[in-house]
Amino acid sequence: MSWLWSNFGLVWDLTVAHVTLSVFPIVIGFIVSLPIGWVANRYRVSRGILLTLGGILYAIPSLPLFVAMPALIGTQILDPKNVVVALSLYALALMVRTTADALASVPGDVMQSATAIGFSTWRRFWAVELPLAGPVLLAGLRVVSVSTVSLVSVGSLVGVSNLGTMFVQGLNQYNNAEVVTGIVGIIIIALIFDLALVLLGRLLMPWTRLGTNKRVTRRAALKAVTGA
Amino acid sequence: MTDILAAFAWVFDPTNWAGPGGIPVRLGEHVWYSLLTLILAAVIALPIGFAIGHTGRFRGLAVGISGALRAIPTLGLVVYLALITLNLSIIPPLIALTILAIPPVLAGAYSGLESVDRRTIDAARAMGMTELQILFKVELPLSLPLIIGGLRSAALQVVATWTVAAILPVGGLGRYLFDGLAVQKYDEMLGGSILVIALALVTDGVFAIVQRLVVPRGVAAGKVQDVRTKDPWRPLGPSVPNHPLGTSL
Amino acid sequence: MFASKRGRIAAGVLAAGALLALSACSSGGGALGGNPSTSSSDSVTIGSAAFGESEILMQIYAQALEANGVKVSLKPSIGQRDVYLKALQDGSIDLIPEYSGNLLQFYDKSATATSSDEVYTALGKALPSGFEVLDQAKAQDADSYNVTKEFSEKWGVKSLSDLSKVTEPLTVGANPEFQERPYGIPGLKSAYGVTATLKPISDSGGPLTVAALKNGDVQLADIYTTTPAIKDNGFVTLEDPKSLIAAQNIVPLINSKKASSTVKDVLNKVSAELTTADLIDLNGENQGASKTQPDALAKEWLAKHPIKK
Repeated sequence: MSWLWSNFGLVWDLTVAHVTLSVFPIVIGFIVSLPIGWVANRYRVSRGILLTLGGILYAIPSLPLFVAMPALIGTQILDPKNVVVALSLYALALMVRTTADALASVPGDVMQSATAIGFSTWRRFWAVELPLAGPVLLAGLRVVSVSTVSLVSVGSLVGVSNLGTMFVQGLNQYNNAEVVTGIVGIIIIALIFDLALVLLGRLLMPWTRLGTNKRVTRRAALKAVTGA
Repeated sequence: MTDILAAFAWVFDPTNWAGPGGIPVRLGEHVWYSLLTLILAAVIALPIGFAIGHTGRFRGLAVGISGALRAIPTLGLVVYLALITLNLSIIPPLIALTILAIPPVLAGAYSGLESVDRRTIDAARAMGMTELQILFKVELPLSLPLIIGGLRSAALQVVATWTVAAILPVGGLGRYLFDGLAVQKYDEMLGGSILVIALALVTDGVFAIVQRLVVPRGVAAGKVQDVRTKDPWRPLGPSVPNHPLGTSL
Repeated sequence: MFASKRGRIAAGVLAAGALLALSACSSGGGALGGNPSTSSSDSVTIGSAAFGESEILMQIYAQALEANGVKVSLKPSIGQRDVYLKALQDGSIDLIPEYSGNLLQFYDKSATATSSDEVYTALGKALPSGFEVLDQAKAQDADSYNVTKEFSEKWGVKSLSDLSKVTEPLTVGANPEFQERPYGIPGLKSAYGVTATLKPISDSGGPLTVAALKNGDVQLADIYTTTPAIKDNGFVTLEDPKSLIAAQNIVPLINSKKASSTVKDVLNKVSAELTTADLIDLNGENQGASKTQPDALAKEWLAKHPIKK
């Protein structure tokens, strides 16, 4: 603990860097996954291909991808863009599956009703599918956000400063406190992001605040009716 | 591009398939470590997930703890465990990766059980089944696809992340990444990456097949079709939906 | 209903946008980038590898240069040699403290020089054009084979040639590159006739390697000579009568365009003052109980050895 207080400036700088490196991939991954997930859901054939591509992308080990980035996108080796682009790819890979599943979970009858009333496909997506898929999308986004925050730490092996730098430094400096601070810092950031997403979800989807636990409602109803 | 070609050349070079550091050995180690991790995670997470899904309680707590476990950076945890236990075997990475694998398996288990229609469970209860009988004879068979889905997602993560453990003197495909990087043999490093990706794909494929096979016969797989999907017979008249009775039964 | 829905979406977008803008702003001059210099005086970006000694040396160079009117920006803890050398080549950094023997090995895999002077001369020829090494310091931080005191007493092993007396199989704990380094596994065999297997531990002679040596997982460990753990644990550093292990003098590697006369003068004076004992002391404070940070350590050292151009 005393190590943390005496080096707070360093830890704070690394935390800010870490947060910045995490936010962009999450947002980019989410936005780009929407059209891709929609296509995967709509055209059955493409679903298998797109999800497999996502699987390949996700399986690429992070360290070689970071090292190969400058060759792929023409940046300098120390550029944080390398980490952001690579992490966006991972976020995208994770999110595509969730988006496809979320859009698939919208009940068919609701979609048909919307078509019957006269919604165009574009309008139906924004007014019906997206709000109904919202909770599942949010759940997926929370997973992606936590994974991204955790994965940023590998960027320290290619010189992009973040809280993960404290693992390597702590290891070389025989400083367990530094390693722990890095781990705990990352966990805290991930939890804060998670909280922010939950709040954002409540803000944008107020209908989910109503009681949704069907089991509890059902039990309560049974009790009330049978007096059991 | 030449790097990637060199990597493929490395993978198919027969000298890399021989000896104690050869590809079959490393592949075998990697598969063994991943399997061990998955089994451990399943043993821990499945019973807890079933309990949560069946009773419907503690779901919020489970989601919260899963989130926190997912947030732990694997590299950091492996380094930390090795430092405090001064154990350089597969134990620290095994613990770290099991912790990493628990959230998806847990989520698969409780969401699988939650997806079972409550009316079916009510019917089972009405027939006089005990809670355990309901769990094993009704809920589990019906939720197998989602449970397998959770295991599949965990397997993918575990196979991809065991590479990180090679910071310690353990085997597995991660050895090619670390050893290749150490001596600037990029063909070895990228070749190892290709092998990891291939293994992950095979793993994903196997689980996908299993997921499809475990859906019990007799489960109505009906889904109301979206009429706007391109129907080749459309010009000839109104299309006939596939399942006129709909889904809910 | 319509208005409030629009309001909700607007609020959500605003929140997300504010978060992005906030993080973009705060990243401005912070840990992500260096501070670009604007005046006409010399400016140098100094990098370091991801371990304490390299950072301490970076800080010493940086503070000495700043004290003599050079503008300095830092890129600490970059990572391994190939990562920071790439950074040097694409201009992200201009200067980095290096170790003569391993740097030579990186650019010339077939190099055979082992003594300080031979390595330095060969290095001058092996470097790519546009880069040069300034004067080397007497200070060295070389690889070394270490054994526990018990092992040394049991087998009567004080130097690498004594290893042939050992009848049990030998394992060495070292970084993965030891498998190929000329003073690593191949060198043990060719120079001393000793067959050893490598146990790759990627912490550069750090706590994991030390632990492996202490608990007998390995019989030999490659620990760098200025690591305090050697003395702290009573390890015996084996002598190298056949000069297998290459010299590793501390030497500044710099982009020739940035090697102005001021810069060269200051750095050469630093190299003249730096000794191996200094490095051991600095590492001791960095890794010991006080865990002093590199910038404070550099300040202390420069207070004792003021550098004026």
